[in-house]
Amino acid sequence: MELFLKFLVAAVGASTPLLFGTVGEILCEKVGHLNLGVEGLMSIGACAGFMIGMQTDSFVVALIAAFCAGVLAALIYAILTVTFLADQNVSGLTLTIFGIGLANFIGIYMLGSSENGTLKLPEGITAQMREIHIPGLSDIPVIGQLIFSYSPFVYLGVVIAILAGIFLKKTKLGLNVQAIGHNPAAADAAGINVTLWKYAMILLGGGICGIGGAYCAMIINSGVWISDNVGGLGWIAVALVIFAKWSPWLSILGSFVFGALRVLKYYMPTAVIQLPTAFYDMLPFLMTAIILVVSSIRKKRDLNIPGSLGVNYFREER
Amino acid sequence: MKRFLSAVLAGMMALSLMAGCSSGGDETTNEPADTGDTTTTESTSEGLFPAVPKEELKVGVIHITDPAEGTGYTYTHDLGIQGMQKELGLDDSQIVRKNNVSDTDATAIRTALEECVEEGCQVIFATSWGYMDYVEEIAEEYPDVLFAHGTGNKSNGSNFINYFGKINQARYLSGIAAGMKTESNMIGYVAAQNNENGEVTSGIDAFAMGVESVNPDAKVYVKVTGAWFDPEGEGQAAKALIDMGCDVIAQHCDTANPATEAENAGVYAVGYNSDMAEKAPGATLTSVMWDWSVFYTKAVEDVINGTWTGENYFGSMQDGLVQLAPCSDLCAEGTAEKIQEVKDQILSGEWDIFDGKTEYEDNQGQTHTLKAEEYGTCNWYYKNVEVA
Repeated sequence: MELFLKFLVAAVGASTPLLFGTVGEILCEKVGHLNLGVEGLMSIGACAGFMIGMQTDSFVVALIAAFCAGVLAALIYAILTVTFLADQNVSGLTLTIFGIGLANFIGIYMLGSSENGTLKLPEGITAQMREIHIPGLSDIPVIGQLIFSYSPFVYLGVVIAILAGIFLKKTKLGLNVQAIGHNPAAADAAGINVTLWKYAMILLGGGICGIGGAYCAMIINSGVWISDNVGGLGWIAVALVIFAKWSPWLSILGSFVFGALRVLKYYMPTAVIQLPTAFYDMLPFLMTAIILVVSSIRKKRDLNIPGSLGVNYFREER
Repeated sequence: MKRFLSAVLAGMMALSLMAGCSSGGDETTNEPADTGDTTTTESTSEGLFPAVPKEELKVGVIHITDPAEGTGYTYTHDLGIQGMQKELGLDDSQIVRKNNVSDTDATAIRTALEECVEEGCQVIFATSWGYMDYVEEIAEEYPDVLFAHGTGNKSNGSNFINYFGKINQARYLSGIAAGMKTESNMIGYVAAQNNENGEVTSGIDAFAMGVESVNPDAKVYVKVTGAWFDPEGEGQAAKALIDMGCDVIAQHCDTANPATEAENAGVYAVGYNSDMAEKAPGATLTSVMWDWSVFYTKAVEDVINGTWTGENYFGSMQDGLVQLAPCSDLCAEGTAEKIQEVKDQILSGEWDIFDGKTEYEDNQGQTHTLKAEEYGTCNWYYKNVEVA
């Protein structure tokens, strides 16, 4: 039981970077832009958050830096695909390669100028980003550990996901944005500024991905810089969007399930069942495939996939 | 607009093609320097290949990641290359590095090896396991160029040798530090690969034997990530071991995340590859380390002197190839003395791990013997090891 509780806590930790990546990608896909650059956006966010955090020793400044870096990187993608109508897949992949490369390049440069070949966040910021402890609440058995024992990142992620869901589903602006994703020409005819909102959502999504990257650099790697520190989580986030049916609220559940599947191999008691680690690595993707198959068999349009996803909108071609 | 864009894209593509070609282009220049002097061959009768004057020497290195990362496998190998360069007084231009060559990408490996040959390297070091088959191939195509491959099990007795070392000596010693420190008698071990990989498995066994020698009650719990480099998984595996109740975490994987995770949780760690006291000063008891410069210096000297024999290299603590970082203040009292005592026995040759005669009981109740050089065949866990 005790171990099961710890498994759940570890699952929440593993799900957090996925949650940021997924919500960021959903916002972007809601305006019809499939952004395969999540991994790159996260890498750039990781680099900016880590380096600025190390210089300023402030968690909040590091978060803002990661967000801004994500926005700037997403701007490249937005200019290419929204304004210049470049292929979305190619632009996204390029952004991934560029992002990882830039982050590693800066990281290696900083390592070279460091004293002992190690980049480690200072004490002040580590104290701010570690698991919170609220006297009273965190001490409640089970509940305290399950709900009030995480890094501030976790709560920030959940709040962002909930707000994004409210925005998309409950506000007029959000519905307008969804209309752009489903049929940009119709949205344009209805007087919605398609280009403006495409830019806004892609940049916002990029910023959120950037914060997810900061989690990778600061929490997963315990505040020690290593190259390739996002390690493919951005790609899982892209798959997770389908799993979450393009809903930020469902993505909280989805990323928790994926996070749980990722740590399952370390917490499954070998006395119960012994499986190769590769089997566990496969599970999240197997589940995504099953969900796709099931929903296409049911032939119901409950996937909620934006109608114009992956197709650029060229106004003069209307 | 579209036409402009396609023109730009076409231009970029052309540029990238040119960039790609420039490094692998001219095949006519820089033939692998064949000094051709039969006289030198005769003067140094034991060597298989003619001596190469130091000024004309070029050394190629193929790395799986970028050595500038400051930690882990590639970094320690490159420190070895730098040490060799300093020791022998080679110029920077005499070292040709090929970084970030994925060891699962056949084309990249071929290209990197061929580029080294074309740039005139007389000796080429390939550091990662996965390069093995390609190095074997290319060694056949270029019989005048010398190739050395780390961690593998292939060689041809002539221009293609294998190099590795008795890292298990240091692992045994680090097991002593862990065994003396643990209070819960549960020691965690984050392993990159499962028992099909003899390098990892023999390391776990050596560590577990070290633990047993000072603490027969302690058990070693192993969790496998399934990848050499998996920052998230390595941290998660360490966390899961700590959650089980382990209070010392050892590792055989690339990042320092198991050690930093141990530091966060207030338990202790044994590092690998480089000294992890810099990453996790609040947790690291000691670290199992390589000093590859010992081998690289010897190998390159052999090339310069014409004394390359084509024999495989298997270094040890005696040579200084395998090392153990000094015990930190976190170690239990008497650890350093105990380690020194066993280390002296190893250095004097009085005792050694995996001598090929001693019988070891595995955790299934069967007995095995193991020779240090045949670490690759080890697929059993010692009796106090449990896969968790």
